[in-house]
Amino acid sequence: MQLGFLVDLRLCMGCKGCEIACKVENEVPLSTWRLRVKYVDVGTFPETKRTFTPLRCNHCENAPCERICPVSALHYLENGIVNIDKERCIGCAGCVMACPYGAIYIDPHTHTADKCTYCAHRVASSMMPACVVACPVQANIFGDLEDPTSNISKYIQVNQGGVQVRKPEKGTNPHHFYVGGGNVTLNPLASERVKGHSLFNNITTLPVGGHH
Amino acid sequence: MAHEILAATNAVVTLDVGIPGIVWPWLVTVNMWAKSIGTGAIFMLFILLRMYPEQAGKLRLPTALLAFVSINIFLLFTLADLHQPFRMWHIFVYSNWTSAIAIGSFMASTFLGLLTLLAFFAYKKNYETFDKVLLWTTILAIPVTLYTASLMAQCTARELWQMPAESAQMILAALLAGSAAMILLGGNSLNDEAKRTLGVILGLSALMAFIIYMSEYIFGPMKAEEIAATIGYIKSGGEWSVAFWIGQWMTYILPMLFIVLSRTSNSDSILKLAAILALVGLAIVKHVWLVIPQLLPMS
Repeated sequence: MQLGFLVDLRLCMGCKGCEIACKVENEVPLSTWRLRVKYVDVGTFPETKRTFTPLRCNHCENAPCERICPVSALHYLENGIVNIDKERCIGCAGCVMACPYGAIYIDPHTHTADKCTYCAHRVASSMMPACVVACPVQANIFGDLEDPTSNISKYIQVNQGGVQVRKPEKGTNPHHFYVGGGNVTLNPLASERVKGHSLFNNITTLPVGGHH
Repeated sequence: MAHEILAATNAVVTLDVGIPGIVWPWLVTVNMWAKSIGTGAIFMLFILLRMYPEQAGKLRLPTALLAFVSINIFLLFTLADLHQPFRMWHIFVYSNWTSAIAIGSFMASTFLGLLTLLAFFAYKKNYETFDKVLLWTTILAIPVTLYTASLMAQCTARELWQMPAESAQMILAALLAGSAAMILLGGNSLNDEAKRTLGVILGLSALMAFIIYMSEYIFGPMKAEEIAATIGYIKSGGEWSVAFWIGQWMTYILPMLFIVLSRTSNSDSILKLAAILALVGLAIVKHVWLVIPQLLPMS
């Protein structure tokens, strides 16, 4: 079994339901996110549009976080999920630095690394990840990539030419795919980040891990 | 490629609750800086004992103590940077052998053990055993110096930290810091010739490190858009630009000039000034290079 995720960006409407469901399910502390939706505005008024990109751990087959973790707190499960053992983590932040997707953070309560686990605890009970359940438009598709009859495999077959991963040149082999994406949505350097040019300007960000 | 897209699309991120920027702070800078002094001093003692055994003999104990203190500072700041410092022992029990951090921890701990032995034998004036242990300590100092480069290379998306360049920079930093420290530590124990040798090592390591930095500054952006974006933080002005150039002048350019000047005027004071500038500047250079890749958005 090789679990994977696919997000159809043509369906995503940026409601952030997945973000909230993830927060509630995994009790993610304030100012930290396992899953977040990035908004990018494209074009010049009046010809503008807004794109939405849910971002989470890509559960790479060749995960830099697993490789750099000195204590194997980040480890593979048999179903391909890159899981984290918070009791073992020493908080060196090597994984935060190694992840090319900015998907790992230091939990300000436990002072350990944390990230999306594809809701491994729910998957173990044969349930779908919380974000999949919450999505009102079924933009999140989750399943076994090795099973040709699974929804995700069928989706990839149908959309072959349009299936993309983030930063393929890094050789991480992500098990997280996007359909309907482009450089603007998937490449962080293809959009500007203008200070103060945000929908919410007072986003609280705690110091890393709360004590540095 | 990204900047052409940017110009065409006028794409602006209007909402992204980003991960906080600086994850490895100044504590990691001190870690690298102190390690450079610790391993570099051992390299220099090894060279001096072979070239000038009479004079360098007096430096066995001071150098062993300097390296011992430096490596302890390095380990202390490594520990302080952990968010769960009391779990440090996990590294030795649950070691992941693909991790440069795990391998480095074992090597650094063994290195500290050897330094303790060196200090003991120097104190006991058992120089024969000291010199035997010093050989193994010097050999181990090479991977101890290099492992931080491996660690930085394992940070997949921080393209600025390329392994070949970083390993060269780590070794050069150790040679620079070691020679600078020994110029200051040597005092009257070393004759002019020995000091000149240290000056040459300091000057050449400064020159080579400066060439690598300038090569990355000029040519790095031509190879990858992430390097271009990272170098952009020091090319576009602002605090990191100022810090970068202060570091380059203090660590490399001025010490090179002062070393030439000290040779022509036969001045010990100018040589010592070069050593002090190099040691202080190295911390600034290391800090800038540590921080700027962390400013890059990953999502």
